[in-house]
Amino acid sequence: MPKSKSAYSTPGKIGKLERHILVVWVDNEAGVLARVSGLFSGRGYNIESLAVAEVDKKKHISRITIVTQGTPQVIEQIKLQLKKLIPVHKVADFKRNDKEILFREMALFKILGNSKKQTKVKIICKKYNPIILDKSNKSCVIQVTALRREIDKLTLDLRPYGLISTSRTGAVAMTKGAKIFN
Amino acid sequence: MPKLFTGAEIVFKALIDQKVEYIFGYPGGAVLPIYDELKNHKSVKHILARHEQGAGHAAEGYARSSGKAGVMLVTSGPGATNAVTALTDAYMDSVPLVCISGQVPTHLIGTDAFQECDTTGITRPCTKHNWLVKDVNKLSETLHLAFEVATTGRPGPVLIDIPKDIQFKKGIYKFAKNKLKKKLNGKATLKISNKDLDKFIEMMKSSTRPIFYTGGGVINSGPEASTLLRELVSLTGFPITSTLQGLGAYPGDDQQFLGMLGMHGTYEANNAMHDCDLMINIGARFDDRITGKVDEFSPNSKKIHVDIDPSSIGKNIKVDLAITSDVGELLKNLIKRFKEKNKNFLSSNKHNTSKWWEQIENWREKKSLNFINSNKVIKPQHAVQRLYEITKDQDTYITTEVGQHQMWAAQHYKFRKPNRWMTSGGLGTMGYGLPAAIGVQIAHPEKLVVDIAGEASVLMTMQEMSTAVQYRLPIKIFILNNEYMGMVRQWQELLHEKNYSESYTAALPDFVKLAESYGCVGIRAKTPDELDEKIKEMVNIKKPVIFDCVVDKSENCFPMIPSGKPHNQMILGPEEEEEISDEGKILV
Repeated sequence: MPKSKSAYSTPGKIGKLERHILVVWVDNEAGVLARVSGLFSGRGYNIESLAVAEVDKKKHISRITIVTQGTPQVIEQIKLQLKKLIPVHKVADFKRNDKEILFREMALFKILGNSKKQTKVKIICKKYNPIILDKSNKSCVIQVTALRREIDKLTLDLRPYGLISTSRTGAVAMTKGAKIFN
Repeated sequence: MPKLFTGAEIVFKALIDQKVEYIFGYPGGAVLPIYDELKNHKSVKHILARHEQGAGHAAEGYARSSGKAGVMLVTSGPGATNAVTALTDAYMDSVPLVCISGQVPTHLIGTDAFQECDTTGITRPCTKHNWLVKDVNKLSETLHLAFEVATTGRPGPVLIDIPKDIQFKKGIYKFAKNKLKKKLNGKATLKISNKDLDKFIEMMKSSTRPIFYTGGGVINSGPEASTLLRELVSLTGFPITSTLQGLGAYPGDDQQFLGMLGMHGTYEANNAMHDCDLMINIGARFDDRITGKVDEFSPNSKKIHVDIDPSSIGKNIKVDLAITSDVGELLKNLIKRFKEKNKNFLSSNKHNTSKWWEQIENWREKKSLNFINSNKVIKPQHAVQRLYEITKDQDTYITTEVGQHQMWAAQHYKFRKPNRWMTSGGLGTMGYGLPAAIGVQIAHPEKLVVDIAGEASVLMTMQEMSTAVQYRLPIKIFILNNEYMGMVRQWQELLHEKNYSESYTAALPDFVKLAESYGCVGIRAKTPDELDEKIKEMVNIKKPVIFDCVVDKSENCFPMIPSGKPHNQMILGPEEEEEISDEGKILV
């Protein structure tokens, strides 16, 4: 390491990184997404994916699902900082490997190819609830819902069969059973 | 049909309902309707600054010395961007500040109109919250909420951006209090459990090497918190040290007070922090100027942390007992419970901590704040000591700029009351002290207000002398003039092989003549012999004064922790300078 002569301390040991899913309920008002994403960028936290939409039309509450990675200390700090934001109502936090939580991402694939190729594609996607949204004899658009790594793999697997465009959402999450987040 | 008011009227009605007496500001195109309304509301006085940053620091000085929110009023575009430094400063040091900014009319927002900028976007990271008001009927509600956000929980700055057409439009006015109550989120005080209090007391009772480490949270909690802190410290007989921002919460000349801690703190305070077995952090935030190297920070102690901001707890240092609470509230409950069960704690516990006190006295023997005085040139530490001796018998308010002079002021000026010490700690804003002194003097017109300054810092906001003269504010600008950016020079000497790159200011103004041109009084002291007499002259003048105190150019600020070292390895003076290792150079 080159000798730096800075006014600040050198970094200490970095702890083990964990992947967490944060679910944040916010007032759906102007700038709220900028507040949340600005908090992440301003403090050097990392957003792997983000999904947001209004879930309560009457109270104007949006639900934001953020996938992030950090040491346990950093994750704790992210939660506390999020809770300090005025439009934030509550924050739920889950480890990515928590068995009680369901995760899903959605992807749209555009495939160029004849019906033979298209059938092949459907077979490859079979496990991931494929729905053909649009179809012509030269192309089709197919929708799947799956976990991120599954979609990652699909995008590789589909390339030889004429995949020319992919559009993906961030992950959304929900608890199993009768429980809800709180 | 309720009575309708223009947006500008609503602004003043809200200010009056919030009991605002002074606003600090600077007019401009997008805020003119509000300025036009000023004449109709005699109870709100406007202080015209010379730069929006000056208005902001003045509002901060007002807030910190009075305990009330400071209010500033600026125009759009450059008015708002100039306010950013003051807002960030207030954010870092938890100062309640309400900034009202004008904005271009709603229909022009987003068109790059004249003096337009994305004010809420720019100030989002440096405010607790901000609002762009697009509906005049929401204006009064937003203004009151803004005051509430600024002053509750951990205080801080807020900004309300009001487009010019909204200032003209008519709407309803409502004054409803306490909108935030429902949503705690650390914005209000939580309930303190007896279990936590008992654990707190148990930890205090079983400690043989305890120390109180107190910070700005005590001051922000109000004067009562300082009184309670004094009671707790005297009940326990424990030693106490304070951060830069906490000075004054506990009397600086008391026997149990070990002085300030941290990078330029005393030998006894830092060693006690390192060797203690119980650290009781009340309203401080384990800032990096305090902890130094986190891995080696006070390795063998149990730690208690009381903070109103949940995100301050566990951010830098892990603690054994965390209590999210207002300091005053906690102390009140703690003392009550402590007294119920421990009638004679002080006498029965004395032998428990007697060895610890012996050790502390040994560290004290080092007299780490000592310096080699001179009878030829004025040593800056000597100047601060003389200023203290001459002014200590009157209720004096001190502000500072940032640098060596700031640390010397913190080390050698002993504060006995809270809210008497205003300094930019978190952000370290050079140019803070002069405008802050203006705000302090506004809040306390009869008191002595001194800005202990450096010549480099003070030039950053020197234009505000004109404000001081306009409002006949007899602030005293006490410049320790060494012609260098002293702290920069010191680091360059110690860490960069004495390569004094750009830290010398050539062509400084003649401060005495400068004072005269502003219409205030200039005084210069060049030798130790004349110092006392000149300081007395300054104190007795009922006008603003610029005091040019010509001091030793090469003096360094000691003691210091050469970072990379834990707290128990301080440099005490110039004779030890050689000891900074290469590793240490990285960390100062």
